[in-house]
Amino acid sequence: MRLRCAWAALLCLLIFAPSTLAAEPKFPTLTGRVVDDAGVLSAATQSQLTDMLAAHERATGQQVVVVTLDSLQGFTIEDFGYQLGRHWGIGQKGTNTGALLIVAPKEHKVRIEVGYGLEGTLTDAQSRTIIEQSILPSFRSGDFNAGILNGTQAIIQVLGGNPLTESQSRPVANSAEVPWGFLILWCLFFFGPWGIFIFNWLRHHNDPVWQAQHRNALILQRGGGGWSGGSSSWGGGGGGGGFSGGGGSFGGGGASGSW
Amino acid sequence: MRLRHFRALALLVFFGLVLSGCNVNKLPTLDEQVKAAWSEVLNQYQRRSDLIPNLVETVKGYAHQEQTVLTQVVEARAKATQMQLPADVLSNPQAFHEFEQNQAQISGALGRLLAVAEAYPDLKSNQNFLALQSQLEGTENRIAVARRDYILAVQDYNTALRTYPQRWIASILYPDLKIRETFTISDQAQQVPQVKF
Repeated sequence: MRLRCAWAALLCLLIFAPSTLAAEPKFPTLTGRVVDDAGVLSAATQSQLTDMLAAHERATGQQVVVVTLDSLQGFTIEDFGYQLGRHWGIGQKGTNTGALLIVAPKEHKVRIEVGYGLEGTLTDAQSRTIIEQSILPSFRSGDFNAGILNGTQAIIQVLGGNPLTESQSRPVANSAEVPWGFLILWCLFFFGPWGIFIFNWLRHHNDPVWQAQHRNALILQRGGGGWSGGSSSWGGGGGGGGFSGGGGSFGGGGASGSW
Repeated sequence: MRLRHFRALALLVFFGLVLSGCNVNKLPTLDEQVKAAWSEVLNQYQRRSDLIPNLVETVKGYAHQEQTVLTQVVEARAKATQMQLPADVLSNPQAFHEFEQNQAQISGALGRLLAVAEAYPDLKSNQNFLALQSQLEGTENRIAVARRDYILAVQDYNTALRTYPQRWIASILYPDLKIRETFTISDQAQQVPQVKF
């Protein structure tokens, strides 16, 4: 019987071989809203783009990321683009409102990759128009900074965000009013009895009669341990400088161009 | 006494399976993923099919002498729309293959149509045609992505269904689950393009 047990366990272990992974390109790391893997953008352009894109996300919740690639690693830009978008998870989870502007200077390819949720506004035809009119003229003369800036501006315009005015009129989400009255009431209700008890204990902790009377409650307080500091999850929605994808997905929408 | 032994063994195997992480819900989950991926494939093919009448009309206005190519596109589309997909198309190799063939014919005819359009500068600069062309390109790309997702979903599902321990679980709990068909690369696409001088 014991031998059989061992056999079963061994079989179960053997069966769980890891499944093979499909061949995937190697993706650059998502360091911010602008990932200049090819090193064609100036610092000024990068910060300008970042401000523009951050303002757009604050106003609309849509994530747009600009990425220049060092190499397409033998993939087509369409093939690379949607996988990169999924890998980074650009856009909000559920609504999939993300878009990528991908530039591969070595292969002379550019693509606007549109997440599922934005295909209705940033259509294939619109993406193509942006590429043909705003991006390619500058690229043909070798000016990546201007082309990418104009293209990003056009993308934001098409997406309907008006980032500069919108973000100024709206308060930052995290400073939303805290319901103080409710919180105080809640604290009183929850911690009130304990507060009174602790107050009393501070007064009587040298008084053996009182101690004997409240022995049960004291044990509960010391050893019970039922009260672990309620781990509050007040994590703001990605506040600081870090930027990460919201988990959006891509299905191959958008348009490509070459120069 | 023997029965008790058997029961103990059965229980042991059962708990062994559960404890070792064999997920009883794995196959139905994968099955649903295959179905969802297949819906997306159909959805994108439908989208392409919807674009065709408009495209044909636009091209007709500029290149009405290209009747043969235009007719080919219309006929291929008609053939694909007329096909009634059986409910079990995913586990029916014949129907699946027919569906794939029909769609491949549309792809071929559309490719020829777009190639022909290159010869008409007026058509090429027509805004409506340009918009349609980019939509068509986008849709072809979406079809490629949807097909890829479907292939991966089927791969996961079929692998689970054919390997242990899901194979045991399937034979006990889900005897109606079958191996699913997947896309093949068409003969046309496999041929290396010939360059002639």
